[in-house]
Amino acid sequence: MALFKEINFMGLRKIAMSISLVLILISLVSLFTNKLNVGIDFTGGSVIEVGYEEAVDLKPVRAALVKAGYGDAIVQHFGSAKEVLIRLVPREGQNKAELSSLLIPILAEQTSSKMDVRRVDFVGPQVGEELREDGGLAVLYALIAILIYVSLRFEYRFSLGAVAALIHDVIITLGVFSILQLDFDLSVLAAILAVIGYSLNDTIVVFDRIRENFRKIRKKTSFEVINMSINQTISRTLVTSLTTLLVLIALYTFGGEVIEAFALALIIGVMVGTYSSIYVASASALALGITRSDMLIPEKEDVEAEAQP
Amino acid sequence: MLNQYPAWKYLLLIVIVAMGLLYAAPNLYGEDPAVQISHRVNLINDDEVQNIKNMLQNLNIEHRSIEMGDGFILIRFNNEDQQLKAASDIKDALQEQDSRYGVALNLAPATPDWLRSMNALPMYLGLDLRGGVHFLMEVDMDAAITKSLNRASSEIRTYLREEKVRYRSVKASKDNLAVRFSSIEERDQGLIKLEEEFRDFNFQITQDERSFYVNMSYSETALISEKTAALTQNISTLKNRVNELGVAEPVIQRQGEDRVVVQLPGVQDTVRAKEILGATATLEFRLAQGSLTDWSEAERSGKVPVGAKLYKETNGSPVLLKRSIIVTGDQVVGAASGIDSQSGTPDVTITLNGKGADRMSKITRDNIGKPMGVVFIEDKYEYKEINGERKRIKKTEQRVINVATIRDQLSKRFHITGLDSTREARDLALLLRAGALRAPMIIIEERTVGPSLGQENINKGFMSVVIGFIAVLIFMVVYYKVFGLIANVALTMNLVLLVAVLSMLQATLTLPGIAGIVLTVGMAVDANVLIFERIREEIRLGNSPQASIFSGYQKAFSTIADANITTLIVAVILFGFGTGPIQGFAVTLSIGILTSMLTAIMGTRAIVNLVYGRKNIKKLAI
Repeated sequence: MALFKEINFMGLRKIAMSISLVLILISLVSLFTNKLNVGIDFTGGSVIEVGYEEAVDLKPVRAALVKAGYGDAIVQHFGSAKEVLIRLVPREGQNKAELSSLLIPILAEQTSSKMDVRRVDFVGPQVGEELREDGGLAVLYALIAILIYVSLRFEYRFSLGAVAALIHDVIITLGVFSILQLDFDLSVLAAILAVIGYSLNDTIVVFDRIRENFRKIRKKTSFEVINMSINQTISRTLVTSLTTLLVLIALYTFGGEVIEAFALALIIGVMVGTYSSIYVASASALALGITRSDMLIPEKEDVEAEAQP
Repeated sequence: MLNQYPAWKYLLLIVIVAMGLLYAAPNLYGEDPAVQISHRVNLINDDEVQNIKNMLQNLNIEHRSIEMGDGFILIRFNNEDQQLKAASDIKDALQEQDSRYGVALNLAPATPDWLRSMNALPMYLGLDLRGGVHFLMEVDMDAAITKSLNRASSEIRTYLREEKVRYRSVKASKDNLAVRFSSIEERDQGLIKLEEEFRDFNFQITQDERSFYVNMSYSETALISEKTAALTQNISTLKNRVNELGVAEPVIQRQGEDRVVVQLPGVQDTVRAKEILGATATLEFRLAQGSLTDWSEAERSGKVPVGAKLYKETNGSPVLLKRSIIVTGDQVVGAASGIDSQSGTPDVTITLNGKGADRMSKITRDNIGKPMGVVFIEDKYEYKEINGERKRIKKTEQRVINVATIRDQLSKRFHITGLDSTREARDLALLLRAGALRAPMIIIEERTVGPSLGQENINKGFMSVVIGFIAVLIFMVVYYKVFGLIANVALTMNLVLLVAVLSMLQATLTLPGIAGIVLTVGMAVDANVLIFERIREEIRLGNSPQASIFSGYQKAFSTIADANITTLIVAVILFGFGTGPIQGFAVTLSIGILTSMLTAIMGTRAIVNLVYGRKNIKKLAI
């Protein structure tokens, strides 16, 4: 049972390309103007999360912090009205690691019942800088490694197509985080890298089929072969995306606040990645002029595979 | 007929599945509240266990079992109330016997003995799941070098004196030493002698109008070994301090050239943990110089006599102490806090090592009737913005906690008073016992997760795995019918194998690790989806069911391999660049990919062959 009749995917590529370009443009504009709402992992600073036994009003908490000289603290509810999150950016004249020791007693005074310290994160400025650098490098190295692997396994035009698709996915996912001003922390960075892995997985499956069809079918144009290959793989692409989204939605809904941003980045990335492996990757390879003759040097293992029934 | 597996393949799969079930099993058993007892010096042996057993009986402490672990004794309890009560009773009783016992609360895996005998242990839960603190600490290497130059300068003085070389002074600055001579001949003679003895240094000669200098700075290799030594000593001091705090299963690891990772599972009082870990408090004993009037005179005029240094007592009054030190905190081997019987104020009883005791007894014998001062030294840090650059400023607090007249010759053991509170006395004793940090350290990263959040993370992580898993199972059956069912068996086996491998590797399970497991569940079905879609295609092309199954598996294989290898590349990069929690994600993702290749390709094929192989079937339920 085929999910769809033959769809002329490549015929729509101009529309798809313009949609992609617009999305990338919007993302870039937002990334340059709104920036990313980067968490303390990358800026340095402190986050303290406390849980009270009953709901607390934020106003007195803020007032108490202002009185103690922490007027720059951002105070908000986290998850429920019983949980309070305090965020502090680095500030001079203080060893920040001791900051939580100073703040926790102030927060404890806000209630007559028990208060529970749920989480304290402190990142020194130098560590934040390193995490920022390492994160950027990780994304860069991942892209380069993929470029090399796909070039070796397939062809450089495919490789450029795959990397174009990945950059597309990363920019749009970051764009959504920038537009919605969602927290961008280490776990989101990990999610971005996972998105790269996932989207690539999708792209490779399509490319694999294109290569196979190029070798098998002699009479069709590149355009037709790519269209046919996408049609043959589309139900797999959608089914896998669906199962992945199912678990991600479970993670987003039940995984708790800490994992929420991570799951959301993956949800956005998987959706964009599914679309990009159909359109961006294949269309770029087509635009770069991939033809049947580029695929004709058969590798040994394929010769063997075809020799068997 | 097509689609048969040889018997050995079935056997192999059965063995793998059985091993998987066996090694995943320990995770099903929970944890027992436990108390862990260790000794700083003595190895734990059977006698020790017997001793503890007797003690438990005498104190009438309820417990479930007692056993010997790797360097510790583990006592298990039925519930936390029992555990907490027992821990404080045991601690009091043991400390009375020997202050070097460490008593720590722990959660011990309740894995049955038969599983443990096969080395089947549960996954280790990360700090974000069990609660605890993670510190990244940085050693102040500049200070380490300066300190070591200071030590070298006193060695140089002694050496030059022994070699009968006349010199004027030896001065240590931030990164070099200057030895001053009055004549060029003495300088040259000194240089030859110094070059012979101090091979770790680079030498340089300079002079000004009145003096001749030999400037000494560490050579490149000596700098590196000094830094390594500072890091190594700091790590061992941190280990001692953590033992003193009573933490079970701490992690103290070197990271890079000047950093140490400290992980303390289950620690709730992070404030105290931070104070103790980073503390630099130590003591120095010095003879006083002059009398009360000299001291106040020195403060008023600001003129300090040669060879002396002006200090403040805790109450603010001035005191002059000699520059040369009798004994430092480094020479302390034992310290216990208590209450002074005469004054009723907190005190610390100190035990010196042999060298320290010799020096102390010699100097006190020769100076009976003269006052001696005890200096309490502590480094404190703050940040300041200087010209837009963030700088760390060190402030050393030095105060004289006690000036007392030497009445008797002191030796190995003596006690000091003058501390502000029992807490200060207790902390000082702890720090003296654990040894000093060779160079100060500061915390540059902290991640603390409270126990309630840890438990919540476990529950939520578990819940999302279960729900995501069930959703995928349902979808697969609806969409691929019998083949979906087969894929589900494989998916379940994949989860079991993944948990088994993580347990065997004793990997640390973190919340991102759980996310990795969840993601693996979603992605592991991909291989099956690829295969099943291929089979459907082959059937559409009019091939027989058997031939479709065969070529479906065959054709999908290279696609699956390519797709998974690229994901693996990303996971490896993620591992290389990530820190702790992200590495956990990368590890579970990579292992998940590998196990899924096995279950989704070989596992499902085996079942498909069992169900459909050898038969003449007309239609496939796919």
